[in-house]
Amino acid sequence: MFYSISLYLALGVFAIGSVYKLYTWLTWKVGVFGSEFTGSQRLWAAIRGVVVVIFSARVLVLLRTLILDVILQLRIAKESRLRWIGHLLMYSGFTLLLLMHAMENLITARLFSNYYSTLNPFLFLRNFFGLMIFTGIGIAVYRRFILKVPRLMTNIMDRYIIAILAVIIVSGFLLEGSKMSSYSEFTRMVEDYSFIYDEVDRLALESYWGLEYGTVSPNVKRPFEEQMVTEGHGLHEDYCAHCHAPNKSAFAGYAVARGMGPIALFLDRINTTAVLWHIHFLACFFGLAYLPFSKMFHIFSSSFGLLANAVMNPKQSHPANIATRQALELDACTHCGTCSLRCSVAVAYETNGNLMVLPSEKLTFLKDYAAGKNFSQGVIDAVHEGFCLCTNCNRCTAVCPVGINLKDLWLSARESILEKGGPDFLVLSPFSFFRGLNRRLLPARGYERPLNAAMETMGAAFPLVQKTESLIPVIPADPMFKAQTLNSPCGATFVNCFACENCTTVCPVVQAYENPQDAVGLLPHQIMRSLGLGQKDLALGSPMLWNCLTCYQCQEHCPQGVKVTDILYELKNMAVRSVTAGSLNHPSRLDN
Amino acid sequence: MKYALFLGCNIPARVHQYELSARAVLTALNVELTDIRAFGCCGYPMRNSDLETYLLFSAKSLALAEREGLDVLTLCQCCFGSLKMAAHLLATNAALKEGVNEFLDKKNLHYGGTGKVTHLLSLLHNDVGEAVIKKSIKTPFKDLKIAAHYGCHALRPSNVMQFDDPVAPKMLDTLVSLTGAKSVDWPQKLECCGAPLMGVNDDLSMRLAVKKLAGAKASGADFLSVSCPWCQIRFDDAQVEDDGVVKAGLPSILYTQLLGLGMGIPGEKLGLSRNNKDFSGINTLIANR
Repeated sequence: MFYSISLYLALGVFAIGSVYKLYTWLTWKVGVFGSEFTGSQRLWAAIRGVVVVIFSARVLVLLRTLILDVILQLRIAKESRLRWIGHLLMYSGFTLLLLMHAMENLITARLFSNYYSTLNPFLFLRNFFGLMIFTGIGIAVYRRFILKVPRLMTNIMDRYIIAILAVIIVSGFLLEGSKMSSYSEFTRMVEDYSFIYDEVDRLALESYWGLEYGTVSPNVKRPFEEQMVTEGHGLHEDYCAHCHAPNKSAFAGYAVARGMGPIALFLDRINTTAVLWHIHFLACFFGLAYLPFSKMFHIFSSSFGLLANAVMNPKQSHPANIATRQALELDACTHCGTCSLRCSVAVAYETNGNLMVLPSEKLTFLKDYAAGKNFSQGVIDAVHEGFCLCTNCNRCTAVCPVGINLKDLWLSARESILEKGGPDFLVLSPFSFFRGLNRRLLPARGYERPLNAAMETMGAAFPLVQKTESLIPVIPADPMFKAQTLNSPCGATFVNCFACENCTTVCPVVQAYENPQDAVGLLPHQIMRSLGLGQKDLALGSPMLWNCLTCYQCQEHCPQGVKVTDILYELKNMAVRSVTAGSLNHPSRLDN
Repeated sequence: MKYALFLGCNIPARVHQYELSARAVLTALNVELTDIRAFGCCGYPMRNSDLETYLLFSAKSLALAEREGLDVLTLCQCCFGSLKMAAHLLATNAALKEGVNEFLDKKNLHYGGTGKVTHLLSLLHNDVGEAVIKKSIKTPFKDLKIAAHYGCHALRPSNVMQFDDPVAPKMLDTLVSLTGAKSVDWPQKLECCGAPLMGVNDDLSMRLAVKKLAGAKASGADFLSVSCPWCQIRFDDAQVEDDGVVKAGLPSILYTQLLGLGMGIPGEKLGLSRNNKDFSGINTLIANR
C-alpha cells in the first residue's frame, strides 16, 4: 500500500515536472533571438518542424545522430576515454536495471515465462548491472574529487546526482545482502516453498544455506557438521534449487551477506531488511519524482538537443524553433565542464577568479536567469565581463558532448546581458570584433550601449580632456603617475619624445578625421607630451586610446625610439585599473 | 621541418579555409605540423586591459610548445605579433618572466624562452625557400594582378618582429610573384585593414577597409592577397555589405589559397567556397588552362 502510494505519487510528480519542463522550453527567453514569439507560436512551430523533419530525408540524419551521439555517445569518447567508459557504465547499467529489475512485472516476467528474480541469469545480472553503475559512479567521483580535472566545477546538483545514484545502488546491494543473511527471510521461504517440518531436516537445510548461501542461523554455527550439510544439500535440491540459484552468483550481495555475518542476527532482529527495502525504493522514487528538476533530466533534454541540432541550422530553421532549442539546451547541459576545460580564455578565469568567464558556469547562470531568478549587481557585472571576455573561437561548441550550440547561445544571450550591468572596458578591445562582425544580425537598439557606457565612464573619470577651456595646472604634476609610467615595462621611453609629431602624422586614425581632436581628443604626440608633464587626466582620458588600431605605425616611425603604441597599451591598462579599482566584484566567492 | 601549429581563435571559427589551405600547401612542401590541443588564445585582445594576463595567455602556449621541443608556427599576424611581443617582453623583463613562471609552475609548465615563433610567410620565404616553392608551382598564373596586403602585426614593431623591412617589405610580393602573378604597387600596402576597431568603432573600421580596397582597385589589382584571418574577415566582410556603401568589388584571397591554386591543388581542398566574395574568376587566369 505504502509502496504503491509512493510510486504513484512519484510518477505523478515526474509527469507534472516533465510537463512543466516542456512548458519552460516553450516559454523561456534566453536571449534576443526569437524573443518576439509567444509560447503557443513556439509550440506550433515546434510541431511543424518535427513533422517536416520526420517526413523528409533528414530523418536519416536524425537516425544517425540517435545511434552515434545519443546511444553510443561518441562525442564523449572523442573527449575522454575514461569519461566515456564511466558514463556508458552508469547509463547502460541503469537502463538495464530499470528494465529488468525495477519493471520486472511489466517487462521481464512477460518476456520470460519462468522468470524468478532469484534465478540466473537474473540474479547474476542484477549484481552485474549494479556493479556497472557502481564503477561508473566511482569513475565520476575519481574524476571530480581525486583526479580533479581542471575547471571541472562541482556544484550542489552534481553532488546530488552522485549521491542519489550511490544511495540507490548501495542500498540495493545492502538490501540483497541483508536478505541473504536474514534468518527470518530464510524461515519465510522455508514456510512458503518447502514441506520441511522435521526439526533435524530444517537444521540440515540451515547448515547447507549457512555454508553456501550466507544465511546466518541462531541454531547452527560454523563449522557446520559435514553430515548435516550433505543432508541439507539433498533437501535444497528437492525444495529450493529449481527456483533459487546459488547466492554466490549474486556476487556483490553475497559478499555483503558474508560481511554482515557476525552481526546478521542482530540486524535481523531489528528488521534491517525492511528498513533497507524502504530506503531503496524510496530513493528510487525520490530520484524519479525529482528527475525533471534535476540535471538527470538531461537523459531527455540532451537527447532532444542533440537531435534538434543535427537537423537545424540558423539560416533555414524557424527563429521560434531556435528560441525553443536554446531554452531546451539550458536543460541539456550536464555541467560536465568540457567546454571550460577547452575554453581558449580560461587563463583569464585563473587570474581574475571570475567563474563567469567559463562557458559551463555562464550556461548555469543563464538557466537561472531565464527562469527569472534575481541577481545582485555584482553577479550581473561578473556575467557581463564573462560575456565580453570571449574570443568566440567556438571551441565550446565543438567539444560539447551533448552538442549544445553554445556559440549561438552566446550570440543571442550576450545582447540581453549587455543591456544591463557594466560598464565593462573589454568591449573597447578586439573582444568586440565578433559583435561588430555580426552587427547586422543583432538588434540595432542597444548595440551602442555597452560601448557608449564604457567611453562615457572613462570620460567622466578623466574630465579634463573634454574641458578644453580649463586651465591646466602644470605644477604640481602628478609625481605618482609619472613614477608609474617611468617604471612600466615600455613606458619610460616617453622621456625621449621631442614632440616632432611624426607619430601623429603617420597615424591612420588621425588621418581618417577632418578634425581628429574633436573625434579622439588628444593625439598621440600630445599624449606623449602629457606623460612628460605628469598629466594623468590628459594621458588616460583621451578617447584616442580606445580608437588606437595598434598598427604600430607611430612606434615604427618615431625617430627617438619612443614606444608609442606600447605606451598607449599601458595607458589603457592604467585607465582601466584606475576606473575599476575597488569596484570589481567577481562571483568567485559565490557559491554556485 | 616540424612546427607546432598555432591556429588561435579566429581561424577555426571563421576562417577555416585558411587552415585547410595552409595544411594542404605545407603538406605538399614537406613541412610537418603538430597540433597541441591545449593551445589557447594568444592574449591579443587581453592586452588592452591587462598586460600581465595577456602575457600569461601567450606564455602558456609558448611553454606548451617548448615542452614538446617545437617552434611555434602561426598563420595569424595578430597571434604572431602577440606571441613575439610576449617573448620579447619576457626576455627583457626578468620580473615579468618570474611572475609568468610562478603561474605556469602550478600547471607543471615552464617558460624558458628557448622556442621560436614563426609566421607562415617567413616559413615559406626563408625556410622552405623560393627555389622549392618555384619548383612546386604546376599551374602558374598568367596576367593575374595581386595587391599584397602585409598586415600590421607581423611588420611592426620591426625591432621585435624581425619579419621584413618595415618600410619596404618584399616577402609577400616575392611569394606572390612565385605563383606567376604580378604583385602590383599600391599606396596603402602597409596600412591597417581596420579590423582591430571592428565592434568598437565600426564606422572608422569600415572606412579604413574601404580605403584600402579602393586603393588596391585603383592600382589595377584583380584580387587582394592577405595572410591574416582578421584582415581576411575585415576585407571579405566589408564587401558583403549590401547597403551601397561598399562596391569595391575586389575579392580577397588568402595567400595559401593563391599558392595552392598555383601548385595545382584543387579548389575544394583550399576551402575556396568558404570565402564570402566569389573569386572563381581566378581560374581563368591560370596559364595552362
